[in-house]
Amino acid sequence: MSMAAATPRYGHRDYSMLGQEAQDAVTAGLRSAEWYHTEVARKDLKELMKRSDGPAIRDTIIWLGLMVVFAGLAIWLWPSWWAALPLAAYGVLYGSATDSRWHECSHGTAFKTPWMNDVVYHIACFMIMRNPTRWRWSHTRHHTDTLIVGLDPEIAVMRPPVLFKVILAFFGILDVWHAMKNMVMNTFGVISAEEKSFIPDMEWPKVILAARVWFVIYAATIATAFFFNSWLPIVLVGLPRIYGAWHHVLTGLMQHGGLADNVLDHRMNSRTVHINPVSRFIYWNMNYHVEHHMFPMVPYHALPKLHAMIGHDLPVAMPSMWACYREMIPAWARQFRGEDYFLVRDLPPTARPYRPDLHGQATSPAAAAAE
Amino acid sequence: MTNWVEACSTGDIDAEDVIRFDHGGKTYAVYRSPDDKYYATDGLCTHEKIHLADGLVMDDIIECPKHNGRFNYTNGEAMGAPVCVNLKTYPVRVDGGKVLINIG
Repeated sequence: MSMAAATPRYGHRDYSMLGQEAQDAVTAGLRSAEWYHTEVARKDLKELMKRSDGPAIRDTIIWLGLMVVFAGLAIWLWPSWWAALPLAAYGVLYGSATDSRWHECSHGTAFKTPWMNDVVYHIACFMIMRNPTRWRWSHTRHHTDTLIVGLDPEIAVMRPPVLFKVILAFFGILDVWHAMKNMVMNTFGVISAEEKSFIPDMEWPKVILAARVWFVIYAATIATAFFFNSWLPIVLVGLPRIYGAWHHVLTGLMQHGGLADNVLDHRMNSRTVHINPVSRFIYWNMNYHVEHHMFPMVPYHALPKLHAMIGHDLPVAMPSMWACYREMIPAWARQFRGEDYFLVRDLPPTARPYRPDLHGQATSPAAAAAE
Repeated sequence: MTNWVEACSTGDIDAEDVIRFDHGGKTYAVYRSPDDKYYATDGLCTHEKIHLADGLVMDDIIECPKHNGRFNYTNGEAMGAPVCVNLKTYPVRVDGGKVLINIG
């Protein structure tokens, strides 16, 4: 069971990378700060961090193989409505499984062989519509300053939640709009002020190059659709990012939804959830999210072992997606009445306690009782 | 200028591993390669000042534990984003079972 707490603060949160809260977070010492981590013997951690190509090669063959099969079925059945069935599966493999592939390969932990990480990274980035250079840097920042308001560019649900954005996210609408807008801007050599805040200038040419390559691919896809007078090319390239996005949003919202911001302990701002094996394949074990943030060098296939090793020091994992959403949705609803409300995950007696000196009222039973 | 200081004993580091060595207000990382050669670099990642001694050694690469940035620890070369600035390296010699580094 979780407690809830509220930290009094001023006004609405400003999530902009260039706003006042970004400056306040730096002043408060939250930028690039030292985070809590569970003690793990060096020998054990080295064993967990070991890289291998085998699991990711197997999973990549299954992933891309299934995409070919479902795309083939869809082409065969097109334009019958029966094509919707294989397309539903193809869409999830295109618009959701790529979220976790992009992510794991950006850490360089999926494969032992660097070029394999790079190849899958670029394929996944294209499908999930995330500029490979921009998102490598934004994700770096997410790990440095996880859920620090004004510093973390990857906060999925802000406070108070904007409901229509959450709903649209399941259909990829806003993501695709922003991705296309950024792609066009980058194609014409424009790097936004926000991008400049976390991408070093030496990397800007890479951002622009990737955008131009994508621009050509999408232009060719649209031209092919016109040539054959068929929607099918667009249904297979680009559009799956919309109709197949729901699964990565469903799983992704659980990572940090309703939890504390501006704290330096991933046990407080991240969540581990037990989920079904199909979703774990699509999500590449990112349901072990506290473990991933604490030890980002541990490959996805070793996260269950890491979970078993450090579980005594973490909040008890949520038993299911259902349980997780039953916790998150009321918390988001409560944040409409006061955005300072958040969930505090209880620690087992075997865990080292949260540190009030780092997290203030976020860990205070008095604050929780006041709710 | 030479200033050799004793960092550790040869047996203090496993093969293909790294340890932290603090001296004179600075922190260093001392490596033992898979073929039993010793190397030393600055101890903090040039990206976000994280201790590299908590990272993973793979052949001649050290990977930062926070953002997985990679350096070649034999020459300090940054291997790509998010690390863009090379790591300073230091000469190392082994003498009587001790690993010494020249911190200049």
